[in-house]
Amino acid sequence: MLGYVLRRISIMVPTLLIISIISFVIIQLPPGDYLTSYAAQLRTMGDIVQQEEIDALRQRYGLGQPVYVQYFKWITGILLRGDWGQSMEWQKPVRDLIWERLALTMVLSGVSILVSWFVAIPIGVYSATHQYSIPDYILSIISFVGVGTPGFMLALVIMYVAMTAFGLNVGGLFSQEYLAAPWSWAKVVDMLKHLWIPVLIIALGSTAGSIRTTRANLLDELNKPYVETARAKGLPEGRLVWKYPVRVALNPFFSTVGWSLANLISGETLVSVVLSLQTIGPMMLRALTSQDMYLAGSFLLLLSTMTVLGTLVSDILLAWVDPRIRMEA
Amino acid sequence: MATSPEAGSSLPQNDLEVAEELKGEEEKIYVAPPWRLMWWRFRRHRMAVVSAVVLAVFYLVAIFCEFVAPYNPEQFFIKYKMAPPSRIHLRDAEGNWHLPFVYRIERSRDEQTMRSLFVEDTSTRYPIRFLVRGDEYKLLGLFKTNVHLFGLTVSRDEQGIFLLGADRMGRDLFSRLCYGARLSLSIGLVGVFLSLILGVILGGLSGYYGGTLDVIIQRVIELIRTIPSIPLWMALSAALPPDWPVVRVYFGITVILSLIGWTWMARVVRGRFLALREEDFVLAARLVGSSEMRIILRHMVPSFLSYIIASLTIAIPNMILGETGLSFIGLGLRPPAISWGVLLQEAQNVRSLALCPWVLTPALAVIIAVLAFNFVGDGLRDAADPYAR
Amino acid sequence: MATDQLLLEVKDLKTYFFLEEGTVRAVDGVDMVIRRGQALGVVGESGCGKSVTARSILRIVPRPGRIVQGEITLHRMRESKNGRTVTEAVRLTDLDPMGVEMRSIRGAEIALVPQEPMMSLSPVHTLGNQIIEAIMLHQRVTKAEARERAIHMLDLVGMPRPSRTIDRYPHELSGGMRQRGMIAMALCCHPSLLIADEPTTALDVTTEAQILKLIRGLRQELGMAIMYITHNLGVVAQTTEDVIVMYMGKVVEEADVDSLFHDPKHPYTRALLRSIPRLGQRTRERQRLESIRGSVPDPYALPKGCSFHPRCAQAIRGVCDREEPPYVEVGPAHKVRCVLYC
Repeated sequence: MLGYVLRRISIMVPTLLIISIISFVIIQLPPGDYLTSYAAQLRTMGDIVQQEEIDALRQRYGLGQPVYVQYFKWITGILLRGDWGQSMEWQKPVRDLIWERLALTMVLSGVSILVSWFVAIPIGVYSATHQYSIPDYILSIISFVGVGTPGFMLALVIMYVAMTAFGLNVGGLFSQEYLAAPWSWAKVVDMLKHLWIPVLIIALGSTAGSIRTTRANLLDELNKPYVETARAKGLPEGRLVWKYPVRVALNPFFSTVGWSLANLISGETLVSVVLSLQTIGPMMLRALTSQDMYLAGSFLLLLSTMTVLGTLVSDILLAWVDPRIRMEA
Repeated sequence: MATSPEAGSSLPQNDLEVAEELKGEEEKIYVAPPWRLMWWRFRRHRMAVVSAVVLAVFYLVAIFCEFVAPYNPEQFFIKYKMAPPSRIHLRDAEGNWHLPFVYRIERSRDEQTMRSLFVEDTSTRYPIRFLVRGDEYKLLGLFKTNVHLFGLTVSRDEQGIFLLGADRMGRDLFSRLCYGARLSLSIGLVGVFLSLILGVILGGLSGYYGGTLDVIIQRVIELIRTIPSIPLWMALSAALPPDWPVVRVYFGITVILSLIGWTWMARVVRGRFLALREEDFVLAARLVGSSEMRIILRHMVPSFLSYIIASLTIAIPNMILGETGLSFIGLGLRPPAISWGVLLQEAQNVRSLALCPWVLTPALAVIIAVLAFNFVGDGLRDAADPYAR
Repeated sequence: MATDQLLLEVKDLKTYFFLEEGTVRAVDGVDMVIRRGQALGVVGESGCGKSVTARSILRIVPRPGRIVQGEITLHRMRESKNGRTVTEAVRLTDLDPMGVEMRSIRGAEIALVPQEPMMSLSPVHTLGNQIIEAIMLHQRVTKAEARERAIHMLDLVGMPRPSRTIDRYPHELSGGMRQRGMIAMALCCHPSLLIADEPTTALDVTTEAQILKLIRGLRQELGMAIMYITHNLGVVAQTTEDVIVMYMGKVVEEADVDSLFHDPKHPYTRALLRSIPRLGQRTRERQRLESIRGSVPDPYALPKGCSFHPRCAQAIRGVCDREEPPYVEVGPAHKVRCVLYC
């Protein structure tokens, strides 16, 4: 098992390296470099541009030098010094900007995925064991609509409803007074109060998807001979379903934790823009539009890293629950 | 009754007939070509059939949007900024029945809030007519005409009809929705077509030859899928130069969307190839000396074509959603292009959403299209293998 | 005395499957009796209703199937208050299939050895886990005791190194070992009736011979009755004393093994026997193996009258295609459903 995990991790390293290259190249794609536009921007704002300052920055990131040199400086900075570069727009080191946002994104995604499982698995099991019953039909229709409704549209609708029916603004993760406040217990409580609407919105899509997957997988398993064996033993039906077919039907679930996490983060990006949450999405959008390349690049790299880690977790989970895979390892 | 077993050894005539009759009934199923079996199966999926009809209507609207839309989508009606959807009446204020008509709309201002109010003036009726003359356009880019599916017979300065209301600039939302369908619905098709080409070639190579090539292609696919799609799309579309013309941006976005889409297609094709490689009929073809190309084209492709069509259908909604999402946050298509995502930009602001909720109708169109594609895809997937139980 | 030995009675059992395409009468009026310790073979082509009969007895007919008519009675031994064993008749058809009482019979009184050992064990649980679960369901023992019994049972069915095999997952075992495991699981609560549903079909010939030998030996050792379902007449000859032949959901002939093989009556039984090769058959006479002509009729549209008549060489026009054939006694305990013997 340990060897299996180590091997997975060893595959992960080159993957992350290539992803960092891809992220860097993508961020380099827009024409012009950011220092030129930065200087231009400062000039229009009437600031006196310190040529030395610009030159120092130019030197630091190797701008004007070949792309691979720039990449090398960027990645060694991250790996050796934890220096993610400088955000031009915020005039701050990137590392001071990203961690809080990343943490909030992870909290949001993690809670959403847990919520979606806690809701989806029992519903999926019910739907499959009561196939073609009226509740099954209703749940199927709801989950179909849920799959087809993108989160950001749902966010729009919920904002509209909350606005017109309750006069509430459901955007944001914090109340006004805690927005800039340092972290405290009260701020955490305040966040939890705001968290449930985005969680519900983000979880809806993946819940609906998970219901369909659970139902379909379980329907395949329910007719397998080993279920009949268990029934012929005299096991009570409920215990039987949860111990045998559900266990097997959930395996593909564990194997796709990584992907569903990626999907969740993906969908969360847009939902966060709509609801103006203090997560990665809106800041990344702004960084992209203003060509704040180190900030945008760091986000792309971090989100991909999260997915890679998610895949690792799902591989380990799968090996843990499925002896057949443990064997191969 | 005491016939000895040997005596009745010839099969009676009428029994033969019974056997023949049974065959006749079953024959219909046994000799039907695969596509007919698929159609029979597909037809049993009620929602898929309904959805197929919905999609057909959507695409017809997209193709003939100039004809279906009563107005030019860029036409401003200064009087009707943020006008709500027109109320279509069959009965007038006196209780008399008429063909569908609208009342004259008078605009006034709320003294306190300064908000525009639209009030019906029940003294003037404007009947809604089909095939009315209006703005000139070229049908399918070929025939010059000015006939529209429906509209009012009066000049648009006097009164307009807004099935879904008007936006902040006083443009008819229904007309814009029709035009938007053209870009939003076609981007899915074009994107899927691109993914299909990439996916079939790479997936086919991967599945048919296996070995190192397979490993490399699979690693690349995993790598691409590791990057969350929307952030990746966002980063890539942010790289599109802002001064590009609409057509070029459109193709740029399509290419970006299919960059991820092909990986799914490749997986499907590869999986099918792997499964078919082991099939006896492929072995048989190889044993009689068919060339590799002939085996692929004559024996393998026809047997997984239906799977590909099914997965294509399921891939389209992702493309549509991708375009909508990107355009919505301003990284995809930009005005003057009209797509459902661009139209939804109007809904970004909560305040304007509260004032004119009808700007959300493009979202409804997207959801209906996505659902319809999902259902059709579901039906096709069930029908894809007509010989399976 | 004879009634005392009764174990299971099936009377006019009808189990139908209600599908979109129509109703399939999988079991259409089956009668059978199994005595204590008897080995009964049930023979027929696939789809003749033999497996569904077994599942009806266990009350685990899968949806959309349902027992629509008939009685199944189990005579089970019970310890009475004064310490004597008495038999008690339980009508299984009156019980709730998922209820407590039926569950206490399933696995304890009647056990099943299924067709495919490859698929019949849960892939994500160890063999021991699945056997111990069965023991603890029906007997009041601790987990450690249950484990002891499971190991003992595995030893009994000839599993190599049972104390280690018990912690193996099914995919680590060969087909023959899995089937031994399944038999151990079925026998762990000492059932009075073991239903073996084609237990050797998925195995190779050598393993099949070993498993058959094992089942024969265990029956003698444990004194249970066996209902052996198969399409293989050779297996029947080796394993059982009495045979039932089924065709399209009906019993067409029943007899002891000797009578059936040496004096088959029903045209279907005869055809079946003619379709197996025999050692010493003289090929010079250009005698070919015969197959039964025609194919199994569409289950949705059964032929009128005797369901075998379209394929029967001796069918009588105007009789076989009109009337339901009677069930006639042609010898001691030899019955056949055919008009030829009226």
